[in-house]
Amino acid sequence: MLETNRYHRQILFAPIGENGQEKLNQSHVLIVGAGALGSSSAEALARAGVGHLTLIDRDYVEESNLQRQQLFSEKDMKQKTPKAIAAKQRLSEVNSHVRIDAIVGDAEIDLLRQIAPEADLIIDATDNFDTRLLLNDIAQKYQKPWIYGAVVASYGVTFTVLPDKTPCLQCLQEYIPANGATCDSVGIIQPVVQRVVSQQVTEALKLLTGNEAALSGRLISFDLWKNEHTEIEVDALRKADCPSCSEKRSYPNLAYDSRLKSAVLCGRNTVQLRPQRKQTDLDEVAKELQKNKQIKLFQNPYLLSFEVDSFRIVLFQDGRALVHGTMDQLEAKNVYHRYLG
Amino acid sequence: MKIMVNGNGLEVREDVKHIKGLIDFLELEDKPLIIEHNQQILQKEEHEKAILENGDKVEIVHFVGGG
Ligand SMILES: [Zn+2]
Repeated sequence: MLETNRYHRQILFAPIGENGQEKLNQSHVLIVGAGALGSSSAEALARAGVGHLTLIDRDYVEESNLQRQQLFSEKDMKQKTPKAIAAKQRLSEVNSHVRIDAIVGDAEIDLLRQIAPEADLIIDATDNFDTRLLLNDIAQKYQKPWIYGAVVASYGVTFTVLPDKTPCLQCLQEYIPANGATCDSVGIIQPVVQRVVSQQVTEALKLLTGNEAALSGRLISFDLWKNEHTEIEVDALRKADCPSCSEKRSYPNLAYDSRLKSAVLCGRNTVQLRPQRKQTDLDEVAKELQKNKQIKLFQNPYLLSFEVDSFRIVLFQDGRALVHGTMDQLEAKNVYHRYLG
Repeated sequence: MKIMVNGNGLEVREDVKHIKGLIDFLELEDKPLIIEHNQQILQKEEHEKAILENGDKVEIVHFVGGG
């Protein structure tokens, strides 16, 4: 049953009303990434009464996140809590009626294939275009809207991709920066996160409550520091022969061989490795590592972290490892094999 | 010549004749840009053919990756 008092102000808002509120309650939104954009989107959607949220994130909370990732606290940072878990804990306090599925791991093909068909829409809160292209093809395949959002410095950009209606990200592929260099060597201010999220969440509310006619339909960007705001009609960029959204589609971004075994994390001096083996018994690994007295260990139910030489290695239950202290994938692999076999 | 770029007025040098010249003037040549000139979206090969005139409106968007 709906708690009408809780959503009173939102129900008073005519385009939503009681019907819209009930639709929100019945909705399932997949949020990919629980960093700055993901935290903020998730909180807004949980407060709005979206009945079911799924959050996927591969990272854990660190001190430098606290400036802009609104769901996390110093306690999460000290405990190195995975972001998806910390987000779920906070969101459950905000709105205990929302079902929240938290997944600590990569947004990879098999996982998205399971979740996407049941979701009503996907919110992009990732920090890289490899994952976005994957989301794009998943969304096309299962005919789900997805809402691109990205931020850097005081600049943000967002676009709602509708299957069979708008261009998809693959149509716009030539505009994707080659090296992803826009990442975060230039930093970011927090209000730009809120600005992108306010656009993404509003578009999501329109879609979920059956108000498609109110959608923006435009590529939107702004620079809060330079006082710029830009909107472009990009329908003309939809490609008749797009491999992801045209009749001749083959979903190139769902090809398994395009999956990355290792990846340099955005501006973090960190490499993620994803070895073949899957589930890892962290206690077992910890016991092994403790034989080496040089190694300083930290463990919580989700991950194992240890420092050695100039590196810090974080091992997750799903077998992934983050090697902090290098951007060299080969060096990261060497360190990994030296200590984790 | 004065034009509007992303909603703000911009005075450009006389030798900036077309969109390509504007991109160079703004030092944006390294980025892939989505450009609208007087509400007409341009393909990259059209940047040199799109002649700028006083009062023109140009919107420039680039993709970024951070989240
Ligand atoms: Zn397409």
